[in-house]
Amino acid sequence: MNDRKANPLSMQLDVSDFLPASDSEKQSLVIMRDSVGFWRDGFHRLRKNNIAMISLVVIVIVLILAFIVPSFYPYDYAQQIRGSENLFPMTYSKAEQANIDSGVSVFPHFLGTDNLGRDLSIQIMMGSRISLLVGIGASAIILLIGSLYGAIAGYFGGRADLIMMRIVDMIYTVPDLLIIILLIATLRVPLTALSNNNPAFKWVNTVGVGLICIFIVFGLLYWVGMARIVRSQVLTLKEQEYVTAARALGASSSRIIRNHLLKNCIGILIVTTTLQIPAAIFTESFLSFIGLGVAAPMPSLGSLAASALGAISSFPHRLLAPSLMISMIILSLNLFGDGLRDAFDPKLKK
Amino acid sequence: MNELLLEIKNERLSFFTPAGEVKALNDVSFSMKQGEVLGIVGESGSGKSVTAYSIMGITAHPGRLIGGEIHFNGHRIDLLNEKELRKIRGNEVSIIFQDPMTSLNPVYTIGNQICEVLILHTHCSKKVARQKAVDLLTLVGINEPERRVKQYPHELSGGMRQRVMIAIALACEPKLLIADEPTTALDVTIQAQILELMMDLKKKLGMSIIMITHDLGIVSSMCEKIAVMYAGKIVEYGTIDDIFYNPCHEYTKGLLNSIPKLTEVEHEPLVPIEGTPVDMLNPPAGCPFAPRCKSCMQICLTTMPDYTYLSDDHYSACWLLQKKEFETQQEDK
Repeated sequence: MNDRKANPLSMQLDVSDFLPASDSEKQSLVIMRDSVGFWRDGFHRLRKNNIAMISLVVIVIVLILAFIVPSFYPYDYAQQIRGSENLFPMTYSKAEQANIDSGVSVFPHFLGTDNLGRDLSIQIMMGSRISLLVGIGASAIILLIGSLYGAIAGYFGGRADLIMMRIVDMIYTVPDLLIIILLIATLRVPLTALSNNNPAFKWVNTVGVGLICIFIVFGLLYWVGMARIVRSQVLTLKEQEYVTAARALGASSSRIIRNHLLKNCIGILIVTTTLQIPAAIFTESFLSFIGLGVAAPMPSLGSLAASALGAISSFPHRLLAPSLMISMIILSLNLFGDGLRDAFDPKLKK
Repeated sequence: MNELLLEIKNERLSFFTPAGEVKALNDVSFSMKQGEVLGIVGESGSGKSVTAYSIMGITAHPGRLIGGEIHFNGHRIDLLNEKELRKIRGNEVSIIFQDPMTSLNPVYTIGNQICEVLILHTHCSKKVARQKAVDLLTLVGINEPERRVKQYPHELSGGMRQRVMIAIALACEPKLLIADEPTTALDVTIQAQILELMMDLKKKLGMSIIMITHDLGIVSSMCEKIAVMYAGKIVEYGTIDDIFYNPCHEYTKGLLNSIPKLTEVEHEPLVPIEGTPVDMLNPPAGCPFAPRCKSCMQICLTTMPDYTYLSDDHYSACWLLQKKEFETQQEDK
């Protein structure tokens, strides 16, 4: 058989080629493609985006540094080490050097210490934790309020839409920073009193009035962008026939909004939320920098940068480290958000 | 079987658009018995779909019912509130839409969408609903239903999606199934399969069907009664034989004339109905078909004719019929 095939010009037919094929042989040609859902498809495209994947790795590293490492780090962010003030990165104080010489191991200060003898690396880790919590928390508030508000306005349309969107327009005109500063000024006294008198509200002082005000302002003002985006999506989606079909099958309005409309803009919700996180972090850092953010012992990247300003010519690394951290977090989140949009927005599909 | 399932009396419905009131339905009246198949034919914009939607109470936003009564299965649809309507929709009356490509939600699996209706109306458990969904898919002739329930709409072909739509519509065994041009978006072989399936299911489940279409061929093969609509009005209503062998309204005659005939040996050009439909923003006082009618009379331009009953269930609104009736009365005298 094989030697006959060796001659390509041979006209001789191989009889065995014309035998009926068995079922199992036929089955080898039946290729069942796996069903690819929305998520699988999106993540597949995300995985091919190198920039987004590098950003994701950076985000994961920052998350580990901010939330896991501090729990077993030998220094505490509020701990002041006597005699180790104003150390440069990877240097030891005289007492620590003496300990090392005598054989006791001392954990190094990777980024040195500040003027009160606090380890800068743990401060930056804790600062990132605060910044990330603010970013994620604020984005969650924005997501919740904005998407519901936008979906309701878009779905019901008509007069409801008109009134709801005029409210959004009004909120757009309110200067957010001014509101934050005014809120902090008015809420500082009552909130501090509340926290001093009621042990259940003790956390208010630890977190800081400034931070609470930032959250309030995000909840009050920042959701408008999200509401507009969701509304415009819902306006086009509600004309789709499956919405009429759902209505014809007896689904209620709230069910249609929850199950049909919001699930269909889930891609845009994820993307907008991811891009909202760096914006919130940026605002928080800026406010902490001008002294309106977190309360004193609690570090934030912005307040760390602010406190480094005093000794900028002798210890420039103290300003550099938190600033780099902010830039890294914001840049990686932005790039990751872009990657998500490319992956999940069906209109950008190649 | 003789029970009236649906009765519409003098239904008037308008869309209040920024340009003015569009009178989509003017005095639409018809009734339907249990187990009957009614075909509604007419050109685009004649109010076929609007009539169907109003039976379910899902008229789109600027549209509003401004008169008439809709009786369905013991309910007054025009008087019910949204919550009561929700119990009827999908349960006692269901609809199949024209375009199966867009009528299924792309982010849910087929199984999920069938289960949604079942859980909503029968309050059964997820497991029972899942099993029922598989059964329904088998019923509408989809092979490998266990695999299909896990698939998303984009993985199915148009014909299969329409079958899924039918499965969803039939999930709660409705008394009335409205099919809004169910085969327009499908190719001819699939069309035939879907129609056959619908007739098959009708026999099995004994429901009534309203078939909205502009394909007279479908109507002739499926329906028992036909309502011909023009400009928001039923211009002629009758059994299939009445309409096809004894058309009375000039519009119906025009429609039948415009179909190519297989029996003719010589190739003759088709006879279209000249002109365009009336502007529904300012409907004429007289017969809306008058401007396109070949035997239009003076009275047609000013006054809308009443229905002339040719038999119990064959009536038409045309002055020619009234004229004929008048003449026979004169002769009798």
